[in-house]
Amino acid sequence: MIRVLLILCLMAPTALAEEVVGALSQNRVAITANFDGSEIFVFGAVKRVAPVPDDAQPLHVVVTIQGPDERVTVRRKERWFGIWVNRDSIEVDQAPSFYTIATTGPLEEIMSATERLRYGIGFDRVVRLVGAPDTVSDPRAFTAAIVRINKDNGLYNQLDGSIELSDETLFSTNVALPSNLVEGDYKTAMYLLRGGDVVNVSRTVIEVRKAGLERFIYTMAHERPLLYGILSIMVALAAGWGASEAFRLLRR
Amino acid sequence: MQIYLPIAEVSVNAFLLLGLGGLVGVLSGMFGVGGGFLMTPLLFFIGIPPAVAVATEANQIVASSFSGVLAHLRRKTVDLKMGMVLLAGGLVGAAIGVRIFKALKEIGQVELLVTLCYVVFLGVVGGLMFIESLRALRRSRNPMAKLPPRKHHSWVHGLPFKMRFRQSQLYISAIPPLVIGASVGVLAAIMGVGGGFIMVPAMIYILGMPTKVVVGTSLFQIIFVTGFTTLMHATQNFTVDAVLAVLLLIGGVIGAQIGAQLGVRLRAEQLRILLAIMVLGVCAKLLFDLVLEPSELFSIGEAGH
Repeated sequence: MIRVLLILCLMAPTALAEEVVGALSQNRVAITANFDGSEIFVFGAVKRVAPVPDDAQPLHVVVTIQGPDERVTVRRKERWFGIWVNRDSIEVDQAPSFYTIATTGPLEEIMSATERLRYGIGFDRVVRLVGAPDTVSDPRAFTAAIVRINKDNGLYNQLDGSIELSDETLFSTNVALPSNLVEGDYKTAMYLLRGGDVVNVSRTVIEVRKAGLERFIYTMAHERPLLYGILSIMVALAAGWGASEAFRLLRR
Repeated sequence: MQIYLPIAEVSVNAFLLLGLGGLVGVLSGMFGVGGGFLMTPLLFFIGIPPAVAVATEANQIVASSFSGVLAHLRRKTVDLKMGMVLLAGGLVGAAIGVRIFKALKEIGQVELLVTLCYVVFLGVVGGLMFIESLRALRRSRNPMAKLPPRKHHSWVHGLPFKMRFRQSQLYISAIPPLVIGASVGVLAAIMGVGGGFIMVPAMIYILGMPTKVVVGTSLFQIIFVTGFTTLMHATQNFTVDAVLAVLLLIGGVIGAQIGAQLGVRLRAEQLRILLAIMVLGVCAKLLFDLVLEPSELFSIGEAGH
């Protein structure tokens, strides 16, 4: 009851009617042959009709970028006859291939737990395990492993305090997209917060697509595998023949 | 220069790949081995997913062995009939191998099997080569020591379905070449190698073929087996990376020519010891990775199809 009252009290400042107007330096990322990661500049401004009252809670901004969800299998190695072998495995129903949270301050302090739950923000919210098999004793360790491994690979990031906010109006940050990126729609959301509550959200999508030669090869390998296989062999045979002939000429 | 590999979905340095292709090419040119057994583990080390490394390496071996077999055909050192028999076994073996590979990929044990195969075969081949070249080195210092006589009649000659292989000057049963072909085919598919490093000793010591036709014949059937493996991997597992293959084979083809030149000038026994040490080194690294507790016990893979 007290919590509900508290929330109602905190909701009061929303009457302020603040709106976030966000933009990205690019809405499309093309993975071409020389793709080596990309940097996205996320920026925006706060639109408001009335001035901020003096007693208002400080303004905070949270930006999330979430790659396409994947079903993944997580396996755990165990020692078996002296060597380390994959034993237990769990299929995790949903894990984004990329996830970055950028904020203006410590996430737990600037955003309440209820709001994080409602908007699905945080690694424990986006990596979801619906049903774990009974044979595995500690399924939580597997979801934690996904977060840990992806953090090590630069695919999951929590960048507390990386957003610069000036005069409670303009904000900007850089988000690095690593080179080992997969294709798909990267959902981007910008949250305005006051007193731990979301005041306004702006959503957009970054399209990450293989382009040019990469697109062509990937599509062909998956849609015409037989032709692709035959072509690969032809290229190999041509290269082998070419080398043999070139070398024969050189020797003369 | 970083380059994004479309199938492996990782970004790697193009010059590193060219360099690796070149390095392994030099070795294969120098020692007459395909080099797949060194290249595939090296690809694992630089972070290419094992499934892609194995399939793509098969494609690269098509190029290097075709280049080699052309030279042997000109010298008429290919026993086509024996090659066909080995090939018949090899294709059956490769088809089985790709299926095993696919099944293991689904239950998440493909890495283990590939690594175990490597540890066993690199260990055995490296060890044998090391001992053999040490002996040869000793023999060259002591020219009075006699070569052990070659056995001309073994259990192989007692089997049915005899065939005449004119180029190899053999009249033997077709069963041993079929079986050897099939087992090398399975290995080729699982390990992403041509299998020359197993095929060549088997042809000399089990079939008793004359050394001069062994390499050409082995290369001849390797083209078809690895070609078939490439096709099977491409259609069943979608794991052949054309960009990776091209980079490796450019390096490999140039390296092989340099290696062939170097091989003529340098002393064979010492070179073989070096190769043996390198093979054992790769084997030891893979073995340590299996035995030592990994820093990360968990791994993420694609969900089963």
